[in-house]
This record gives sequence, structure tokens and C-alpha cells, in this order.
Amino acid sequence: MTSVHVSDLTKDYRIRDGLKRRRLRAVDHVSFDLKPGRTVALVGESGSGKSTIAKLLTRLEHPTSGRIEVRQDDGSAVPNALYRRHVQMVFQDPFASLNPFHSVAHHIARPLRLHGRTQGAAATRAEVLSMLERVNLTPAADMADRRPHELSGGQRQRVAIARALAPGAQVLVADEPVSMLDVSIRLGVLNLLGRLQRESDLAVLYITHDLATARHFSDEILVLHHGRVVERGPADAVILDPHHDYTKLLALSAPDPNRVGAVVHSTAPDRESIDDSVCYDHDLGEWVPSGTQEAAA
Amino acid sequence: MSTSHSETPEPPVRDQADVPGEVLPDHEGGRLEPAAASAPIAPTGPGGPLAAPATAPVANPMPRGRRSLLPTMTPWLAVGLTLVVAIGLFGAFGPFFVGDPDAINDIGLSGPSGANLLGTTQTGQDVLSQLAFATRGSLQIGLLVGVMATVLSAFFGIYGAYLGGFADEAFSLLSNVFLVIPGLPLVIVISGFVPPEDRGLWTIALVLALTSWAASSRVLRAQTLSVRNRDYVAASQLAGERPWRVIAVEILPNLLPVLASQFVYAVIAAILGEAGLSFLGLGASNSSTLGTMLFYAQNGFALPLGAWWWFVPPGLIIALFGMGLSLINFSIDEIIDPKLKNARTSRRRLRRAAQEGR
Amino acid sequence: MTTTAEPTTEPVTTRRPVLTVTDLTVVYETEQPFTAVRSASLQLHRGEILGLAGESGCGKTTLAYAVNRLHQPPARIASGSVVFHDREAGDIDLLGLKDEALRTFRWSQLSMVFQGAMNSLNPVRTIGYQLDDTLKAHVPPMTRAQRKERSAEVLTRVGVDPVRLRSYPHELSGGMRQRTMIAMAMLLQPQIMIMDEPTTALDVVVQREILREILRLRDELDFAVLFITHDLPLLLEIADRIAVMYRGEIVELETAQRLHAAAQHPYTRKLLGSFPSLTGERSDFVRSGRADEGFSA
Repeated sequence: MTSVHVSDLTKDYRIRDGLKRRRLRAVDHVSFDLKPGRTVALVGESGSGKSTIAKLLTRLEHPTSGRIEVRQDDGSAVPNALYRRHVQMVFQDPFASLNPFHSVAHHIARPLRLHGRTQGAAATRAEVLSMLERVNLTPAADMADRRPHELSGGQRQRVAIARALAPGAQVLVADEPVSMLDVSIRLGVLNLLGRLQRESDLAVLYITHDLATARHFSDEILVLHHGRVVERGPADAVILDPHHDYTKLLALSAPDPNRVGAVVHSTAPDRESIDDSVCYDHDLGEWVPSGTQEAAA
Repeated sequence: MSTSHSETPEPPVRDQADVPGEVLPDHEGGRLEPAAASAPIAPTGPGGPLAAPATAPVANPMPRGRRSLLPTMTPWLAVGLTLVVAIGLFGAFGPFFVGDPDAINDIGLSGPSGANLLGTTQTGQDVLSQLAFATRGSLQIGLLVGVMATVLSAFFGIYGAYLGGFADEAFSLLSNVFLVIPGLPLVIVISGFVPPEDRGLWTIALVLALTSWAASSRVLRAQTLSVRNRDYVAASQLAGERPWRVIAVEILPNLLPVLASQFVYAVIAAILGEAGLSFLGLGASNSSTLGTMLFYAQNGFALPLGAWWWFVPPGLIIALFGMGLSLINFSIDEIIDPKLKNARTSRRRLRRAAQEGR
Repeated sequence: MTTTAEPTTEPVTTRRPVLTVTDLTVVYETEQPFTAVRSASLQLHRGEILGLAGESGCGKTTLAYAVNRLHQPPARIASGSVVFHDREAGDIDLLGLKDEALRTFRWSQLSMVFQGAMNSLNPVRTIGYQLDDTLKAHVPPMTRAQRKERSAEVLTRVGVDPVRLRSYPHELSGGMRQRTMIAMAMLLQPQIMIMDEPTTALDVVVQREILREILRLRDELDFAVLFITHDLPLLLEIADRIAVMYRGEIVELETAQRLHAAAQHPYTRKLLGSFPSLTGERSDFVRSGRADEGFSA
């Protein structure tokens, strides 16, 4: 089993603004732990830095500062060469994350071969079919030979999940895995992720803008605003008893079928007055500083 | 219906999603039959049955797999293919069936006849034999330059764009420099400097390739930049694929239509460029191409003498071959941008519907 | 300007109708002709927000475009009627209008806001120019000063500072651009606005602000809104009545309260069940292990 310890993760982007170069801090001193069998949700709006954290964790980008430690059961660090065998990712857009040119089988067979999970064409094929069955894509033999455009969005996302698990990953980063799917199939895909997590004791980082699924799908929630964690704690505590103004604003803004007709005329906190230099930690039961402390001072 | 009004909203982008076949109804769990897919729900609810109506577009025929990379057959494509294949066969096998193009005959300039189907030149050489060998020569040059230019542009365009950073900047600077070099004058200068005895087929091909790869390198770079930022490229990197494999297996196949179209353009440009050079007397020595035929026809006063059989056939072959390749290219464009194809097919269907007088 | 006179307690269906769609059928003339909208009937009343809910491919967008005759080939209206009940001019058969009449009708009586509308502003013209241009085209007698005044007025109404008239689209945030598009849609005081996923591309907080604005404007100006979205909880909050579309048919048309309390059609119930409640009980369907990953939720 693999666990991840993230501490003070920070990422700056340099952006060209006319002739000047500016620094944009996309992720600001974020810390959390991913443990086997548990799900941590990162909740935030676009630009909150949640997708950047996904890229840092999967090493598609390098952090400016901070540490990401990935450890095996015996406490030893995962060697660089094997990093991708342990940490994998499911992308947001199932229409863009599968290569239209290749068959479903190709997408799953490549990681199997690359990470030495199977030897030879026949064994690989058999493993591909069994992976497809694991994600409920049946009949697997027929599905394996299809191309992405012959699948629906939900089916594609299942292929993407199978691909992520193919190297034998123990840590799964799911970046908005259902936000591009039709609503009636979202729960099915989330349930699938939940089952795979239980079966293989996966550590899951669930990145979303949707508070409701974050609450039902995860154990712990981190609310991100401008790259900083502004509230963290057990899922129910954060959603049902929000302390930070930003969390309250998010919760009030989300449509809720239980608030029929109540609408819109709620007293939401003012967006301008949100202070993201502090974070409410439900586990500690107190406010703690958040982000770069020089800036907050 | 008129949608040209300035405030009329853009044609629906989302509308695509409602077109059957673009987005199929989602049948989870891989169950294929719509009825089976909705089985968990009572098929006879109060609001009517949920099972798919018989007309559900599930069986909508879509080009499967790599077939989707091939252009659909249209009359224009058929014309293009016919022209290119016919001229290609003529160039490839024609020389085996005709006599010696250099054999001099004392009948002098004479029009088409039973013995000389396309007449003879001033020195009594058979135009048809010359045409066969010249076509072969031109096609050789075209193919050679096409391959070389495409390889060059693919290397600088695709590899540079994939690497990004400094390599990309350097490669695109290089292609920009080559882009602003005026091609034909440079070719003339180079050809002028190379002594005629060294000016073989390969030299001319190399010069033409060097001056013509830059534009398609820009096109390929732009395409690569868009493909390389797609999630599936990131996903294959995440799976641990090596860079060359990411380029060759994940990126390149999606550029094939663009590559094909750039190749076709390079061939057209090369044949025309070579014809221009040869016409100016700067072509490959000891080779015979359509351009050299025109050069000799010009020098032999074919036009003032009204010897149309001498200059029309080579000119026509160049024109028809170029036209054929262009027609093929239009069809390739439809693969690159499927909207072109959709526009064409819907025009046809509406016409048909109008004829049926619905 | 019309001011709101009717008390909100009055049942919506007893108000005067503005748009009646009867048995509208839209067919895509593809290889195998495909009926995208099948005998759709609905009536839109003055001051009403009618929600149209459904998933991708259900025909909701096709229906909206057909109502305004903006559908593109290969779509074709096979049968049915669309009648607009004008405040002054009486009934107008929209499907029978000639091109010129249709053009004047569009935008002045019935305007549309699309999901990506904020990206359809002309990037090289100021907001003010584009509003002015619309007025110039549709209301030639207006003077320059009047047009400017009216442009500033609509922007203020949607909550955008009129100094933004001099801004270019790229200087505005996504939310502001979408508000500007709504301002443009109400510039000519249309009696009907069709909104197709107007807030889907926006973050929840911005979405909530814009919805609040739409409701307020509806109360003030008394126009009717056809609000198309896949987000049923959102409709339950803002719509008076909701039509649920499934495979080209309107399977249920009911007031929001009744739809939420006692949905009749199984598809509606399935859609409702697809949205986990933010604050309600932690339900069984995610993470319990007993969940069904298939079609039913």
C-alpha cells in the first residue's frame, strides 16, 4: 500500500504581462495526507489551484517549493523510476483523454506492458479484458476493439479509470472525473471509483467543484481559494458546519434539491470580504494561518 | 432561412450534441441494446414506455477505426484519383511501350499521325515517347522533393513543438528564416552556380526541398502544439511512455491527414518548380522532364509554328496532375476539418429532400 | 417599460400565454432520418420561468432553436406549430413568418442567451459599440444619446457598471461577459428570453449571482423565460414549471413543487436521484458498498 504526504506545496507560474513578467502563485503552502482506503476531496472554483495540485502530484509539473513524499508500506520512499507505477490520474474530459486513433485495448495495454505487469500479447490481452470487466465494460472483448468515438462519455471515463489502474496504481488522482458526464450517469462512475477503492485499498484525491459529491464521496475535505486551503476537516463537518466565509458562500451557491422554491434570496457572505489568509481546521477546532505568511502579515 | 443578421446568435455549437451519432445515448455498463440499458427502470412508467423507440439512432453507421482516416468517396475525389493514377501509370509504365525518345527522324516537325500519335518535334523525335519519359522524370522529382520536404518539415515542426522551450524557439526561428527566403530566385541562383555537369536530379530535388519545407513546418508546428496539449498525450506520459513513442504513436497518427496534405502540396510545388527551372534552362542536366520538353518546344519555336502537339501535351499533364492532387487534397481537408464534410452532406440531403417535394 | 403588477401568488397557468408550441416535431435528415424532437407541446406564460431539463442528446437545444427557427440543416421542422401571442399585435405564427418579418421578430420579441454566449462577443469592439449596434439595427429612430442611455440602463440592470461600456470583452470576467450577453438579450425588451445553459460554464458563486439577477429582472420586467439546463436542482429552485425531456419527448411537465414532491415519470425520478443532496442525509448510494453502479441510482 502506498501513502502520500504533501507538505507546504507551492507552485508559482511566471506569466508575461506585456513586457513585464509577473509571478502568479497558483498553489500556496498546501499540506495534506493521502492514506490507503481514504478519499480526500479538494474543493474549489476554477482558478483555485486544485488542478495544479493534481499536476504536481502526478509529476506533470514540478513544485516551486514544498515536498511530496510517496511511501510504500514498509515506510521506504518510492523510487523515482517507479513513481508512476504508484500514482496515476483520471482526467476530467473523457473526450480528450483518450487518443481517437487508438483502440480501447491500446490504452490499457500500454501501461500494462510499460510497467511489466504482463508479458506477451496473449497475457496482455487477457489482462486488458479483465481490467475492462473490473470497470463494468462488458462484453469486454467487444469493448476492447472499439475506438473512443464509439463509446459514450461514461464508457470512456471507465476506460480512463482502467488505464489509470493498469500500472497497479495505489494512489489515484481524480480531477473532476464526472463533471463532463451526463448527470444520470455520474453516480454510476463515482460508485465504480468507490468500489475499486474498497477492492484495492486505494488512496484517492478527489478534485471537484461540486460540494455535494465531495461530501458523499470523500472522508476529508479541503476547501481551496486562490491556492490556499481555507477550511479543512471531516466531510460532514465542513459541509454541514462551515466556518469560513468562502465555504459558506460555496455551500449557499450550490443548487440543492432540498431547497425548492427557497431560491436565491439568501444572505450569502460578500465575496470581496473573504479572508484567505486563515484556515479553519475542524480536527484542531481552531483557526490556523494559511498560505504565505509574509503576505498575510 | 436567414441567419445573416448581425445580432442573430452564432449558429448553435451545442446543437452538434443533439445530432444523433455525434453523442450516443449513454448506455452504461456497456450494454448495447437500448432496451436492455434502460431495463432497471420500469419500462412502462405512467408517462409512457422508456424503452428506446425503434428509430433510436444506436445503429447509426459510423466509420469504424482507421477507416475514419480515409476520405469519403466523392465525384471530385474520384476525378482527382483517376487523373493522378492515370498520369502516374503513364509515367511509370509508358516508357516501356514507346520508342526511343531521342531517335532522330528526318521527317522533321510533323503533326499527329498513325506512326507518331502525338506528332514529332523539329528534329523528328516522337513527342509521345518524349512525353512518357518526361512524365516519369517529373514524377520522380515530385516524389523525391515531396518526401524530403515532408521529412524536414515534420522533424522541425513536430519535434520542435513537442520539445517546447528553447528547441522550439530555435527550430521555429530556422523555419521562419527559410520561409522568408524567396524560393524560386534562390533556386535560380543556386542552380546557376552549380556547374551543369553536377546538376543532377538529386541536386535539383535537394534545392527544391530546402526551399519548400518551411511553410508546412509552420503548419505542422501549430497542429502539434494543439495535439500535444490534449489530455491523452499527458495520459501517455503519465503511463511512462518515452518521448519518441509519445510522438510516433500518440501524436503523429493524429497529424497524418495534415502530413498527407502537406506532402501533396509539396509534390505539386516541386513539379511546378522543377518545370519552371527547366523551362529557364536551369533544370537537371541529362534528365528529361516536362519542363525540359517545354524548354525545347519554346526553343524550337513551337508556338509561332503552331505545333500545338509539341507544347500542349506536357503543359496539360502538369496542369491535370496538379489539379488531380489538389482535388485529392480537398478531400483530405475534409478529414482534417469534418465540418466541411458535414456542410457538404447536409447540402446534398436538403437538395434531395427538396426534390422529393416533401 | 412594463412594471410588475401581478402578485406572485397567482398561479402561473392562469396568466396570459405568450408562446404556444403545439406538437412540434424536428427531424434530422441524416442517413437514417432521426427525430430529435417528437410532438413537443408547451405553453409559456407571461412572467413565467419555464425550465426545460434533459441530458445531452435529448433534443432540448434543438427544440429551443426550432422555436426561434434558428435550427440549421440537416434539422427540419416536420410538423407542429409555434404561435407567439403578442401583447399588441395578437397571434403570430412563427413558422409561417417570411425571412424579413422573422428577422425583426427575433431579438426584439424573442431573444436567446447561449452557454458559450460570453465568448461570442466581438473581441475588437467595445461592449458599448456592440450594444449600440444592436439598437441601431433594430430601432433606427433612436438618437445616439438615447441609445447610449438605453445601453447604460440595461448594463446597470444586469449588475454591470455602465463605465464598462468602454471596455473590451477581454477586460471583463466570464461572469461579467455573460451578464453583458443577458443585457444584450433584454436590450429591446423582448417578451420572451430563451436561455440555453446560460450559467453552465461559470463557477457556482457567479452562477448564483446571475440567477438572482435573472429572477429580479423577471419580476421587474415581466418577461417569460425558457430556461434550458441539465441541472434539475437549479431548475427546482428558480423555475415555476419544469418540462423534462427524454429522447426527444417531453415526458413530464409540472410545477417545480409538484415535480420535486411527486415526480410521475421514472426518468424524472432518476434525474432527481442523480443529484446527491448537499445537506440531507448521507445516502447509501455512494461509498456504502451496496451501491449499484449501473443505470439506476
